[in-house]
Amino acid sequence: MSTIISLPDQRTARIPKVNYLSKENGILSWLLTGDHKRIAILYLISLSFFFFIGGALAGLIRLELLTPQADLMATDTYNKVFTMHGVIMIFFFLVPSVPATLGNFLIPMMIGAKDLALPKINLLSWYLYMAGGLLALYTMATGGVDTGWTFTTPLSTHYVNTNVLTTGLAAFIAGFSSIFTGLNFIVTIHKMRAPGMTWFKLPLFVWAHYAASVLMVLATPVVAIAIVLVALERTLGIGVFDPTKGGDPLLFQHLFWFYSHPAVYIMILPGMGVISEVISTFSRKRVFGYTAVAFSSVAIAIFGFFVWAHHMFIMGISNYAVIVFSLLTMLVAVPSAIKIFNWTFTLYKGSITFETPMLYAFGFMGLFTIGGLTGVFLGVSGTDIHLTETYFIVAHFHFVMVGGMLMAFLSGIHFWWPKMTGRMYPEKISQLAAVVTFIGFNFTFFPQFILGTLGMPRRYASYPPEFQILNVFSTAGATILGVGYLLPVLYLVWSLKYGQVAGNNPWQATGLEWQTQSPPLTENFPVMPIMDHEAYDYEWLEAQKEKEVTSVG
Amino acid sequence: MSDNSPIAHGDAAHAEHPAYLRHHFNSVEQQADTANFAMWLFLLTEVMFFGGLFTAYLIYRNWYYPAFVAGSHQLSIPLGGFNTLLLITSSFTMAMGVWCAETRRKSGLVLCLCLTFILGLGFLGVKTVEYSEKIEKHHVPGFHYSLSSFLDPDSDAAAKAAGDKPMALDMARHTEVYFSLYFAMTGMHALHMIIGIAILGFMIVRAQAGAYTSGHVTFVENFGLYWHFVDIVWIFLFPLLYLISRH
Repeated sequence: MSTIISLPDQRTARIPKVNYLSKENGILSWLLTGDHKRIAILYLISLSFFFFIGGALAGLIRLELLTPQADLMATDTYNKVFTMHGVIMIFFFLVPSVPATLGNFLIPMMIGAKDLALPKINLLSWYLYMAGGLLALYTMATGGVDTGWTFTTPLSTHYVNTNVLTTGLAAFIAGFSSIFTGLNFIVTIHKMRAPGMTWFKLPLFVWAHYAASVLMVLATPVVAIAIVLVALERTLGIGVFDPTKGGDPLLFQHLFWFYSHPAVYIMILPGMGVISEVISTFSRKRVFGYTAVAFSSVAIAIFGFFVWAHHMFIMGISNYAVIVFSLLTMLVAVPSAIKIFNWTFTLYKGSITFETPMLYAFGFMGLFTIGGLTGVFLGVSGTDIHLTETYFIVAHFHFVMVGGMLMAFLSGIHFWWPKMTGRMYPEKISQLAAVVTFIGFNFTFFPQFILGTLGMPRRYASYPPEFQILNVFSTAGATILGVGYLLPVLYLVWSLKYGQVAGNNPWQATGLEWQTQSPPLTENFPVMPIMDHEAYDYEWLEAQKEKEVTSVG
Repeated sequence: MSDNSPIAHGDAAHAEHPAYLRHHFNSVEQQADTANFAMWLFLLTEVMFFGGLFTAYLIYRNWYYPAFVAGSHQLSIPLGGFNTLLLITSSFTMAMGVWCAETRRKSGLVLCLCLTFILGLGFLGVKTVEYSEKIEKHHVPGFHYSLSSFLDPDSDAAAKAAGDKPMALDMARHTEVYFSLYFAMTGMHALHMIIGIAILGFMIVRAQAGAYTSGHVTFVENFGLYWHFVDIVWIFLFPLLYLISRH
């Protein structure tokens, strides 16, 4: 199989002595750092920690569902387990996953800046994230919460006696972490670009993050106030969501989904940014329809604000609202399809190679397409009324979030691992991990589509015996998936010491981040770069290499 | 690099870059621009934050208009009006403070910040008086909420003065939603005031040390934006909560 990997001669190659990792030592130099790359690493470690806690909870859910009876745990324990799985995975993994790690690390480098515009705010956002995350763990240890991650009123305000307040507070704090990350990105992309770096020379990764940041900044405060109102309702009984006092629980749904639907795009857009970079690099072609892909990110962000009520088709909103929101929901399919088609056209007649990031990217394209198309079923009110609150929904958003975003996250981690650490991950075993993940994923979640259409409701610990065979498939698949996620942790840690030295640009990629040493200097570039070529210009890269050779000779 | 004249080198660097220029910016203008832009974005998130409350207000006011009118009659327009005056004046003193910082007038800046600080405290003081009145009349939702002012307006001086008619029990109960929103909105606003006043206290100390009058005014400028924003929120809250039936 052909490959584009070009590594320096391993006998003489060394990791550069001066880099952002070696510049300062000691735990305080990390905890008080302003360096976006170090904060990205802090985020990467803490995110992985929360991912494995959320993953362990998912494992418990699948184990319970292995048999039709509720026999592994009591039903209310099951409610707590799936709630904490949702809370941790959404607020503490998916929302910050790509932006806080890869985005944090790469956006300043991609636009040719020394750092994000507001380094202290960046560090603050990590501390807020940790505070929220630890608070969520504390609530889990002291009894948990069982409302579902959606904090649905009046269940959350009147009926349950679990840790709604502290979990809400944890989500509130994590929300501010997300707001600060988004705010920082927008300001950085506007004000910190290197000379010559115009908007249409930006890598599509940056465009995708810009669109996601707009969502973070505009939508997150709304869920913050919704959580504040739930807290006031629960503690003081103010009555804003309480029908007995004239309030309306549907208002909570509107406020909550006004954030939580755009949040879905906060989770997926940065992943799409990763895929654009990876697809281009491993087919040695400029992304087909650069402008269309860039604007489709913005379009997803804009449409994303006007579809929230499709989560409420069965909750008693007016029929006219259902029609309008149904139509608007279909509109989101257009920019999403633009991306998928343009990536496919990028592959067309490209020189494709199949390194690990590319395998994950292919996984993303297939699984996201299935997840997106099943979303259309749910956007049509007729089928939605049948399918909502069944396993069809569960399968749909896991295809988008896990099949889409997690694949993109792993693709990006592998792709930029040599830049972050200066060393290559082992190629063969990571290709195996990508394939195992893909197979395990399909085994886990495809049966759930069938279960959903057959009518198995979500969020129950027991189910009729005729659903067992498909549930056994799903649990078996989850086991394979678990192996697929553990493998990267093992070999990536291994590669920190034993991986091959990567050199500046092992993939022969065109982004500015690849034109400097790996791992980079604290200031990213020895001199301020000047952007004198288009994004994804592989001919420019060839010319650069020739120049290098002549100047050395 | 060159060890022969480190002092001269340091001086030259200092002349090129003022001490407050952070290493990742190219120029003072870029740094100031960036901080300003970030502040405006932050205020945008604040608009969305209050936006949720305003949406709730909009819906319930449409549904329960008579209850909202009767509820608003329980608020004191003179006190609310006086508070509006205090806040607008404090915005003026804050704007003067920014001007003083820009023109490097240290004592003027300290004076303006102190005045803003006092006016802000004054606002909170008046708000306390208003809140305690609500507590006395059992108009705090969730705490032995009392409907007597609305079922029997003649028993209540404020309702009587406004000429309220006795309400049906069903509608009268919805005054609790009005007061929920009243406390949620003014409470959130007051919380922003308290944060603002705390930052003002910090700024007064720093201003006395001359921190903002040596050319680096970004912090004062951005705090000014925040203060004006909090002021503007009140400018919306006052008519929406106090003046519902006065048009």
